Amino acid sequence: MTTRTWNNPIIRWIDYRLPVFSFMDHHLVDYPTPKNLSYWWNFGSLAGITLVIMIATGVFLAMHYTPHVDYAFDSVERIMRDVNYGWLIRYLHMNGASMFFLVVYIHMFRALYYGSYKAPREILWIVGVLILFAMMATAFVGYVLPWGQMSFWAATVITNLFSAIPLVGESIVTWLWGGFSVDNPTLNRFFSLHYLLPFVIFGLVFVHLWALHVHRSNNPLGIDTKGPQDTIPFHPYYTIKDAFGLGAFMIFYLGFVFFAPDFFGEAINYEPANPLVTPPHIVPEWYFLPYYAILRSIDFDIWFVSAKLIGVIAMFASIAVLFFLPWLDRSPVRSARFRPIYKQFFWIFFLVCILLGVVGKHPPNDPVFGGVEWFQYIHLGKITTAYYFLHFLVIIPLIGWLERPRPLPESISTPVTRRGLAAEGTA
Amino acid sequence: MHRFLITALAGAALMAASATQAAETPEAPAHDWSFTGLFGTYDRDALRRGFQVYKEVCSSCHAMKRVAYRNLGSIGFSGGEIAEIAAEYEVEDGPDEDGEMFFRPARPADRFVSPFENEAAARAANGGAYPLDLSLIVKAREGGADYIRALLVGYRDEPPEGFELNVGMYYNDYFPGHQIAMPAPMVEDQVEYEDGTPATIEQMAEDVTVFMTWAASPEMEARKNMGISVLIFLVVLTGMLYALKRQIWSDVH
Repeated sequence: MTTRTWNNPIIRWIDYRLPVFSFMDHHLVDYPTPKNLSYWWNFGSLAGITLVIMIATGVFLAMHYTPHVDYAFDSVERIMRDVNYGWLIRYLHMNGASMFFLVVYIHMFRALYYGSYKAPREILWIVGVLILFAMMATAFVGYVLPWGQMSFWAATVITNLFSAIPLVGESIVTWLWGGFSVDNPTLNRFFSLHYLLPFVIFGLVFVHLWALHVHRSNNPLGIDTKGPQDTIPFHPYYTIKDAFGLGAFMIFYLGFVFFAPDFFGEAINYEPANPLVTPPHIVPEWYFLPYYAILRSIDFDIWFVSAKLIGVIAMFASIAVLFFLPWLDRSPVRSARFRPIYKQFFWIFFLVCILLGVVGKHPPNDPVFGGVEWFQYIHLGKITTAYYFLHFLVIIPLIGWLERPRPLPESISTPVTRRGLAAEGTA
Repeated sequence: MHRFLITALAGAALMAASATQAAETPEAPAHDWSFTGLFGTYDRDALRRGFQVYKEVCSSCHAMKRVAYRNLGSIGFSGGEIAEIAAEYEVEDGPDEDGEMFFRPARPADRFVSPFENEAAARAANGGAYPLDLSLIVKAREGGADYIRALLVGYRDEPPEGFELNVGMYYNDYFPGHQIAMPAPMVEDQVEYEDGTPATIEQMAEDVTVFMTWAASPEMEARKNMGISVLIFLVVLTGMLYALKRQIWSDVH
């Protein structure tokens, strides 16, 4: 890195004392980035921008929201009807949650496909999984705040999971609730946590970026950059590419906000919370459906361990297993482009994750195919849950051992320039 | 890429399979509404008629407490008309200087006055059933306006052969489980429309559904309006960003 000298005397004065401008220059302008990143690498910046949108809209919502069981639902409706552009802020926030998860899931599948979690980026990956955990907690407590029917019952179902913990489970649930049922103290603390956790995410994102900027971005070839011929400065190349990606993303996101704002939501959540009436189907938002499917798939005790406890452990383990992925995958090759077997299993795994989502959406005893009564969602759920863990714990280690990867290119610029040379040759 | 397509198709096939078998209660028929689609708006005449149906029929049991009389301005009622409508209702106010609560005529700023003091009173007057608040009912039901309209016209005088109807319940084609505590709410010519439209059950059901849709999403027209401008802007901006991206990257490829 060459330290820039600044022409503007004020900038020079500040930068000498607090090198913010050098820092930005180093990390956002000059920052050497692999020249071959595909559009799948746009989703990291999109996730960061979505987080900022969520915090910004959330701050304004909090100015008008009342965290009290008697007023929460009404205050949200007041935002929708009487606050200037309140409907816009609220729909941005509501759909923003779905967009955040969508973008982060794509970001994670990209990391899985291109082996971005492998050495030396293990901590980068682990911090990313921590961000996912924090996002899930934030989304869960946030969903409770409008205090609709699904808010209340989701809070009841999910907090009740902790009662599966032996001996202290019931006490923990009472402690979480701040009482003997989901009630005003629960809503109050969820509001407090919902304001706190995004800043925890923000801090984790900072650590995530810190770790990223040590060994820099992985790339579609999964090989290290070998020198300046393999990289281009972040600005203007990736600033413009990210700006274009942001534009396309905003069209998608705002399309929902303006024309189908309730697409991702459950209709019943427009009915105020009623502890005396359980909705016919309690389902989480789409981004939690695969975990919900895993939770419900365990309906059998093992010795003295209850099905509920195993289900809860399985649900948390489905994400916790990601922490160990860098060590479960023994293959030295990162990118699936050069891993013929892994590539196949990656797509099977992707399909299984989608199927888990479908399972989570349906009542367990509904048949999967009309007319085939014996094959129910609970069965599909068990198969896909088993496969989910099999993928990480057996298939990935085995592939790393058995697979013969295809030869890697010498460097990022080799295939590019070779193609370039070939083109020149024919010209 | 083709693998991705196979994945997507498999997912779609599963969804389709589950949709067909979930149809125990028939799905409400899709109705042709003026408010659907990118440019959809509320039909002002239907809204006015729908308000009349709500006021003269539904509001004897069903509250709509999130809508204020002043909101009627956005569907074409004049200030004078709104003040007149509001003044037909009484709201409790106070305390006055003697510390007494008192009743006064409602003002445009007041929310629609509910027919019952509280849930217990509503249940007592309706054989134990609670007539729901209708402010958000269209958003709170799967199927939205289509479902509400179908429900309103979906009554049968006699349940089908072999169906056990509980005491005080009514048979409805579209209500989950078919047993509903609300009797068929409308009879032919129950209201006399100002604009002379014949007040058939179908017509009243359609009009009042439009009104309830507006009550649930009063921001819809402003939202779609803004959405069109925002999306046009974004498409142009993104197109220009793409051109710029191509130009900046031309020396890399």
